[in-house]
Amino acid sequence: MTWETIRKDTTAQVAPNLADYARERAEFTWSRARKRLDGLPCGRGLNMAYEAVDRHAGTTRGGKVALRCLARDGTVTTVTYTELACRTARFANVLRSLGVGRGDTVFTLLGRCPELYTVVLGTLKNTSVLCPLFSAFGPDPVEQRLRLGDALVLVTTAALYRRKVAERRPELPGLAHVLIVGPGAEELPGTLSFDALMAAASGHFAIPPTSPEDMALLHFTSGTTGTPKGAIHVHEAVVAHHATAAYALDLHPEDVYWCTADPGWVTGMSYGVIAPLVHGVTAVVDEGDYDALRWYRILDEQRVSVWYTAPTALRMLMRGAPPRQSNDGRAVHDLPALRFVASVGEPLNPEAVVWGQESLGLPVHDNWWQTETGCIMIANFAACEIRPGSMGRPLPGVEATVLERGEDGRARITDNGVRAVHEPDVVGELALRPGWPSMFRGYLHDEKRYEAAFAGGWYLTGDLARRDEDGWYWFVGRADDVIKSAGHLIGPFEVESALMEHPAVAEAGVIGRPDPMAGNIVKAFVSLRPGVEPTASLERELLAFGRRRLGPAVAPREIAFDQNLPKTRSGKVMRRLLRARELGLPTGDLSTLEGSV
Amino acid sequence: MKHDEAEDIVKEALTDVVPEADLTTLGPDETFRDALGMDSLDFLSFIEILTRRTGVRIDDEDAPHLTTLADSTGFLLARTE
Repeated sequence: MTWETIRKDTTAQVAPNLADYARERAEFTWSRARKRLDGLPCGRGLNMAYEAVDRHAGTTRGGKVALRCLARDGTVTTVTYTELACRTARFANVLRSLGVGRGDTVFTLLGRCPELYTVVLGTLKNTSVLCPLFSAFGPDPVEQRLRLGDALVLVTTAALYRRKVAERRPELPGLAHVLIVGPGAEELPGTLSFDALMAAASGHFAIPPTSPEDMALLHFTSGTTGTPKGAIHVHEAVVAHHATAAYALDLHPEDVYWCTADPGWVTGMSYGVIAPLVHGVTAVVDEGDYDALRWYRILDEQRVSVWYTAPTALRMLMRGAPPRQSNDGRAVHDLPALRFVASVGEPLNPEAVVWGQESLGLPVHDNWWQTETGCIMIANFAACEIRPGSMGRPLPGVEATVLERGEDGRARITDNGVRAVHEPDVVGELALRPGWPSMFRGYLHDEKRYEAAFAGGWYLTGDLARRDEDGWYWFVGRADDVIKSAGHLIGPFEVESALMEHPAVAEAGVIGRPDPMAGNIVKAFVSLRPGVEPTASLERELLAFGRRRLGPAVAPREIAFDQNLPKTRSGKVMRRLLRARELGLPTGDLSTLEGSV
Repeated sequence: MKHDEAEDIVKEALTDVVPEADLTTLGPDETFRDALGMDSLDFLSFIEILTRRTGVRIDDEDAPHLTTLADSTGFLLARTE
């Protein structure tokens, strides 16, 4: 089915930051974007936290509400820019008192609470490195990332520490300090009270000189094979956070902005913490879980004007809560303050774009980027038409292309480099020309994998896309075996490795099975050791085992027993074939399969 | 539907979604999304299972009544009266 292009009313209530796409692309330069930020006083460099907090705190904007935090019970507390400057200074002093300095890594394992902002920005002020973890990770992913990321400090809550870290602590000798937010530190050996340390610390802190190339953030992401990769981002990334939030989220200083992404992932950091504060807007921070009525209430009562959310959440909203009938007979939620809605995490289906138009009164603007890019790369813009199902067009300052594919589905790399596809609507690997400020600067301790991400002068994204004749990009799928579920990337290897630690499991192959709500869900095919029977109770035991180790965000939601997993001659499970079988697709060339036809 | 029957259905649905859960330690008024570490997809599966087993239609408006063993059991009893 083809979907009608959504054209925009030329009289938007707020003049869009990007009014003329072609002109903005022609005139934009990253060095001019850099000039819109202040930089540290006396030319001492560029620090994300200074741009996000201190540069507002010292001005008439200091009394403005930076964070409007909604607790689970609905209680609202506010934090002004000046208060945030003081709190983050205190935390920087806490780190200093613990002997934590430049380049040392501080991890967070926290929900969406005010302290998260204090820790993230205080860490950046101290020129230490911040690495966020997702609180729905199980003990395995948490331990692995703490170890791979050289964690020196972890800030978490007593409940999360007990459930996910305490048992693994002896395996993490480098983790010198665990700070517990809220009550409970006194009952947990080897931890300190965050609140007590903060109370004793000074609220004045001079940010040390910070090079734009100093490491600021570490974000773990998953690959097809091997351990998760720690993508390194530097302080200069703030230039891109600022510019792209202006273009793709159309942020204006007077906005009330709500990003629903969890801070454990890159969206929750780049656009949940950094970008809105650099723009000096009021950010809504909701600690609660997804709940349709709660979400509509927040949009309404907090008078959210710009909303950045995810396809899975939108699809959950679509399944229920029928909107009220408006006077003209159309069903529209009454949200007069809301003026712009954007979505990221996985391709937004056209139905969801149009649902926004019909029930929120606003279409949803899909955009595309990934952990490695650090900021939005391709987007639908406030002033531009939307082709439902398309991720839009590259931002000013971003050069994208589609590269011809080779046998393995990835970009074909020859001695002459790579070849761009020039014909419209041909599927290839989406690639980006390096050089934007928030591009990752490496995978931590893994130079080889970093180098392998580039070819012929392009960064290879691993996503397949096509470009239509007018330059709009359309997501097609992953070029590798990585699974996109509810907006998160899941590495099949991590899941397979965990399952294979169960005594009943001989081998496992893990794929993404299409799901109407989550995009994909994790499905594991498992072969059992000799003598083990494939029973329903074993299936349940394996699901439980996976969840206990990996947490609900990563663990398989389905398990199928298969004693004849398809393998290559070298003995590797062929996930591609498992997926083709699952989808009823042609299985292609099977000549390299063991025992195949 | 009797009280015990409704409670069993709630417990079974929770165990189906969160097979690692130990329901013997879950208090009747404990918020199970927190106590069992359920994410939003888990909660969606939970209400879908309840609907499938009881035929009771569950809307977004009902979610605030499905947070603990006690209120979920009460919800099913009220809707099947």
